[in-house]
Amino acid sequence: MALSASNLKAGDTYTECLVDDLSRTQIVMYAGASGDYNPVHTDEKFTKEVAGYPSVFAHGMLTMGMTGRMLTNYVGDGRLTKYGVRFTSQVWPGDTLNSTATVVDVTDGVVNLNVETTNQDGVMVLSGYAAARVD
Amino acid sequence: MATDKFPVEGSHIMMFARSIADGNQVYYDADYAKGTDAGGVIAPPTFAQSSAQFDPDYFLRPKIGEDWFGSGKEATSIKKKESSGGGGGGGGGLHAEQHFEYHRHIGPGDVLTAVVKPGKTWEKEGKRSGKLVFSETITEYRDQNGELAITARGVGVRTERPVDQ
Repeated sequence: MALSASNLKAGDTYTECLVDDLSRTQIVMYAGASGDYNPVHTDEKFTKEVAGYPSVFAHGMLTMGMTGRMLTNYVGDGRLTKYGVRFTSQVWPGDTLNSTATVVDVTDGVVNLNVETTNQDGVMVLSGYAAARVD
Repeated sequence: MATDKFPVEGSHIMMFARSIADGNQVYYDADYAKGTDAGGVIAPPTFAQSSAQFDPDYFLRPKIGEDWFGSGKEATSIKKKESSGGGGGGGGGLHAEQHFEYHRHIGPGDVLTAVVKPGKTWEKEGKRSGKLVFSETITEYRDQNGELAITARGVGVRTERPVDQ
């Protein structure tokens, strides 16, 4: 269901838990579907011994994809006109992520949103914006 | 990800939706999708990134008959390759930003082309990873009618050393 402009005001928020205890298998699924087979996401041996990280970590685009799910659940299907993010911290297996959209303004049938995704320690892993058509 | 032909297919959309743990029926159930705002099955907002599957030269996919930089018997079989902008990289490269502008939402049956244009590059000194070199790429996804469907802007960053944890 799409949002109605008349029911929205600046400062409104919508929050979802994106993932509880992120599994390595979910990361493997994302690698397979997206085609990004960078071993730093799925190959523990390479990642520790060559790349120099403590373990494999999620694709930024997996976090952006899951955050997009929060957005489309909020604004409705096929409503987004813009969606952009910065990846501010890495996401690791075992992480639990929560994501919040905050209404910035509603003008000319478009809602502008701030988007933030944080991990279980309150560290922001993604920050960005989205715009969507509203009724 | 440059590609001459990115056919958008229902099963790929379904697998992509599962990979981001999105159970929304609009991504796999055509009967359900007909009755929604979208009017039919559409792809999730970040699906265009999977055009990598259709880029013949995408460097983060093992190629038949070529060495792969991930582990086999050893931790890596070859020295890592240089990253291009917008993607990750073998330890030194990370995805810094991604932006999408939707001119319309794509769905099964669309056949897209993706043209990549280089953007800006810039440098910054990072506290946790040494010198950072950012590079931007703009990708225009056009549909079978030549109409612009999605404009994507990616920023990749190469770090001097792995990011401190």
